[in-house]
Amino acid sequence: MQSSISYIALKTIWIKECTRFLRIWVQTLVPPAITMTLYFVIFGSIVGSRIGEMGGRPYMEFIVPGLIMMSVITNSYSNVASSFFSAKFQRNIEEMLVAPVSPAVIIGGYVGGGLARALIVAVIVTCVSFLFVENVSIHNLLILVITVILTSTLFSLGGLINAVHAKTFDDISIVPTFVLTPLTYLGGVFFSIQLLPGIWQAIAQANPVLYMVNAFRYGFLGVSDVSVGIALAVIIGFNLVLFITAYTLLKRGAGIRS
Amino acid sequence: MKALSIRGLKKTYKGGQVALKGIDLDVEEGDFFALLGPNGAGKSTTIGIISSLVNKTEGKVSVFGFDLDTQLSDLKRQIGLVPQEFNFNQFETVQQIVVNQAGYYGVPREVAKERSEKYLKQLSLWDKRNSPARMLSGGMKRRLMIARALLHEPKLLILDEPTAGVDIELRRSMWDYLEDINKQGITIILTTHYLEEAETLCRNIAIIDQGTIIENTSIKRLLATLNMETFVFDLAPNDNDETTQNLTLEGFTWRAVDGHTIEVDVEKSQGLNRVFEQLSQQKITVLSMRNKANRLEELFVNLVEKGRQPAAAGA
Repeated sequence: MQSSISYIALKTIWIKECTRFLRIWVQTLVPPAITMTLYFVIFGSIVGSRIGEMGGRPYMEFIVPGLIMMSVITNSYSNVASSFFSAKFQRNIEEMLVAPVSPAVIIGGYVGGGLARALIVAVIVTCVSFLFVENVSIHNLLILVITVILTSTLFSLGGLINAVHAKTFDDISIVPTFVLTPLTYLGGVFFSIQLLPGIWQAIAQANPVLYMVNAFRYGFLGVSDVSVGIALAVIIGFNLVLFITAYTLLKRGAGIRS
Repeated sequence: MKALSIRGLKKTYKGGQVALKGIDLDVEEGDFFALLGPNGAGKSTTIGIISSLVNKTEGKVSVFGFDLDTQLSDLKRQIGLVPQEFNFNQFETVQQIVVNQAGYYGVPREVAKERSEKYLKQLSLWDKRNSPARMLSGGMKRRLMIARALLHEPKLLILDEPTAGVDIELRRSMWDYLEDINKQGITIILTTHYLEEAETLCRNIAIIDQGTIIENTSIKRLLATLNMETFVFDLAPNDNDETTQNLTLEGFTWRAVDGHTIEVDVEKSQGLNRVFEQLSQQKITVLSMRNKANRLEELFVNLVEKGRQPAAAGA
């Protein structure tokens, strides 16, 4: 009984979330296509042609997985952060709080929304990459799919935690600006960490985004700077920590109950 | 059966502000109950705790026998909440808002869509079902919140100032609607600043002030305690427009508001005939007469002032 009620509630939140980002598709789905086209043109075609190979692959091919992953990360995060904070700001989060919806269902619904948007954006960016890369091959589809789902889930959870703590709209842009962007750019999207001098390689390995980009790149190209097993374990570990954090915050009513 | 039972409910907010000092309250099934109090008295905190939007500090709450601490999901299913502020997503359509809300309570989408037609028609919102909520007028938004609260068919409907800012015609149509659903068996708890609203609709009443229940009785019993009422008499002007100049009213306390309007305090035992007799004897014509204030309003003000006297004296 309770499980069927929870399933209906989960589906309702998920449909609501998908309806939201599809309603404003010009703001949610078009910008990643434009941004990634620019990346492909500038870093791939113009600069990349002078770089030659990286990780044993033409530079354009090398950056495709990283750019897809970058879109997945930013879209998962911003979808959940902005949607949940708007619900808090407009107080329609109360619609869920007064109903018998458990924190796990709220998390599932919002993360499901972030995941749906991230997957649609991943498909769009992959299609854009076909315009620039002649032979887009897939080395291991299972690793590819698992990595994109786990990464999207991780950053959706991150966006949710950020939104729970946020008091103003400025607060939800602080993490993307000061944490996400540097981690993503230094996470091996545009280069192999083997190019870095010794100590910097060790420091780079403390960056969780590195594991996501490399696991995803392995799924596409079969090359990775780190062990895929370790990469997936790191991503799963971060997912667990963030889920427990989000669950505890919602259960306690932090930022949403007085 | 008790629709709501509250025992020793206390709430202290972060920062030390005490909103509730240990209230006890019972509402019987099928009742139309008014919870009154001045701003900041603790009404919204009480409603917030019942609907689990506010964490309590201490005390017990149960709704239709379901305990807030141990049977929260069952308790929530019994309640439909119409909050004071508009708290729906302004960009969603009217039907999306009500159907989604039902979904949170586990109502399957197809059933929710059928019910949405029933309730949106009853509240004259069906024609607006595809309009974004932000396009609705204030009155329509209030009705949308009532429809949203009813879609999962709760047994207890809590309305926090549902007619605030609503014009008289619409207010009366909402009263009719609330009376109808109460007759169908839904218990209603209402907070309002319009005391006429409470007097018209509700059978029982609790008055809360400074976090304490200062009165909890039936409206009839409460009104019976009113010993004195003030009436305003509009008198026909005489030649020099100073009807009240030489007027006398033995046995009554009265004041002149202007040259041809008086206020007379009439005790229950006195009756109004003596006032009319004396005015007739002085050849003064009464053009119209009305209560100075709503009867419940007078009681409310008296009770709140009385409740505050010891604190004020001690301060």
